[in-house]
Amino acid sequence: MDGFLFDYLPILILTLIAVVVSGLFIVLALTVYPDRPDPEKLSAYESGFDAFGDARGKFDVRFYLVAILFIIFDLEVAFLFPWVVALKDIGLYGWLSMGVFLTILTVGFAYEWKKGALEWE
Amino acid sequence: MVESFKNWMMATLALSEPQAEILLKTSGMVLLVTLVMTAVAFAVYADRKIWASMQLRRGPNVVGPFGLLQSFADALKLFIKENIIPAGANKGVFLLAPFLSFTVALMSWAVVPWDEGWVFADINVGVLYIFAVSSLGVYGIIMSGWASNSRYAFLGGLRSAAQMVSYEVSIGFVLVTVIVFTGSFNLSDIVMNQAGGFWRWHVWPLLPMAVIFFISALAETNRPPFDLPEAEAELVAGYQTEYSSMTFALFWLGEYANILLMCAMISVLFFGGWMAPVPALDMIPGPVWMFLKICLFFFCFAWVKASVPRYRYDQLMRLGWKVFLPLSLLGVFVYSGVALLTGTAG
Amino acid sequence: MSLTAIVFYVLSSVTVLSAVMVIAARNPVHSVLFLILAFFNSAGLFVLLGAELLAMLLVIVYVGAVAVLFLFVVMMLDINFVRLREGFLRYFPIGVLIGAVLAAELVFVVGTWVLTPEMAGNLRQPTPEDVTNTRALGQLIYTDYVFVFQTAGMILLTAMIGAIVLTLRKRPGVKRQNIAQQLARSPETAIEIKKVKTGEGI
Repeated sequence: MDGFLFDYLPILILTLIAVVVSGLFIVLALTVYPDRPDPEKLSAYESGFDAFGDARGKFDVRFYLVAILFIIFDLEVAFLFPWVVALKDIGLYGWLSMGVFLTILTVGFAYEWKKGALEWE
Repeated sequence: MVESFKNWMMATLALSEPQAEILLKTSGMVLLVTLVMTAVAFAVYADRKIWASMQLRRGPNVVGPFGLLQSFADALKLFIKENIIPAGANKGVFLLAPFLSFTVALMSWAVVPWDEGWVFADINVGVLYIFAVSSLGVYGIIMSGWASNSRYAFLGGLRSAAQMVSYEVSIGFVLVTVIVFTGSFNLSDIVMNQAGGFWRWHVWPLLPMAVIFFISALAETNRPPFDLPEAEAELVAGYQTEYSSMTFALFWLGEYANILLMCAMISVLFFGGWMAPVPALDMIPGPVWMFLKICLFFFCFAWVKASVPRYRYDQLMRLGWKVFLPLSLLGVFVYSGVALLTGTAG
Repeated sequence: MSLTAIVFYVLSSVTVLSAVMVIAARNPVHSVLFLILAFFNSAGLFVLLGAELLAMLLVIVYVGAVAVLFLFVVMMLDINFVRLREGFLRYFPIGVLIGAVLAAELVFVVGTWVLTPEMAGNLRQPTPEDVTNTRALGQLIYTDYVFVFQTAGMILLTAMIGAIVLTLRKRPGVKRQNIAQQLARSPETAIEIKKVKTGEGI
């Protein structure tokens, strides 16, 4: 096994241990302890009223917009990661190249701001 | 010491070298998980005690000396409760959500360094690994909100998801500004770059970024003043509304494990990790310093909780998108430019 | 069998199985969850290949961001999924076409492997010896591939503007907090002092 893969081995082991531990908790919760259901207990909590209808409905499209903007900025950050590690090697040219990239996206950000996409009401 | 233990295992248990290594790592990981879970129990106690003292109350003081065993009593109570799954819930996803929250909260701890060479997984991309794994935390929340089929849980899950993703972007930019000076994503390298006393710590040149990171960490972990998903006045308990017994305990364990992880990250990125503040104190071992720093930042988390009122949701989004995002982006520009000009880029 | 091989077979079979479940699951939310599992295991496969940065970015971008959007859409937009399924037969030919294209591409990949085996050897060594994977990529993307990189920036800009144009709706009659305005207020503009006579109102 390669040296560097060996560094990842603890992560694999820890993931397995974490899965086992939390799986054990869930299994314990389901099996060992008393289970005495009644309709009141099993209904969704709605401040003492009977729940009407399905809780999953339409909601503000703004959450969707936030998710899209998040993807775009996340990609921007993803491009910054290899850039910042190699910054010393690529020098001023690399810095300017990233400068242009970020400027393009800052235009988009300014547009967003101006259009009020960042305002929550 | 670790080496001799390995040799002992190879000799007495007749294992080959890789087998002994795997066994050693597994036992190390079991120890780590146990330590994190114990630390979580005491963190909850400390949180309540600090909060109480700041409000001139006593806090937990009945179970055990000074109430030290309070968290264990709470845990025991949760363990022997009935687990309720609402009739309208999607059972599989409902149980998967707390499972995922806790698993993900434990996974990040593998790469946290405790001293020079004292790190379980010394990977090249440690910072990215923590960033990646903590971005998974949002799933536990969305899934629980959706699977519960309850209005409060649904709204809480939605709000929380939007909040967490909004602050993750600023955290990403702040991480980049730190890497400008270290040139490596390896957490041990980041700490080694700050060797030689507290004046070499990253927090001095990067003070504005450290502040943004601290506040974003509060928002990432849903701590006050950003605890909107569980704003009890409006949303009961947010995405946790329908959970009980062990499944509730898993959310709670995961949340505190994440808070402690954020404290560890702050000390590694900005406050020299395991390094002593002055070289004269080097004889005190590294893990002790790391532990003390985590305690200090946990105290800050509790302090904020005790003294700051909750944000309104529009204010929260405004702070994330209109203040932190442009500021941290500007930080990336400025710090990388300065580092390149002065030749301090890593 | 070495540990690496065991890990590879576990990860790849989970990837393939969850990919199958993505299209086989009845509930679209389950589909997305299986998609996330597939992404996660593919990240593990990238690590096995030595592509650390790609593995982490796959988790950060696809699992941490794109799949969150997918989940938002399927959980919350309240689409009638029974109706969506009715279109199955109608879209079947297009599905077959896309499947055929993908299959042809796979044949080409395997074909290269058979025809020029030395190419496969090149693929297996993505990183120079003394440089980390991330740094090696960073040395190339921003200098040698600068135009592709800037094009990526343009595409992101288009996506950003497109998202706003498509989703932004102004709701009339919403009260907003204008912080600058609040801070600019002074006692002179906000307070009016009146003398009130005893026993009378204003």
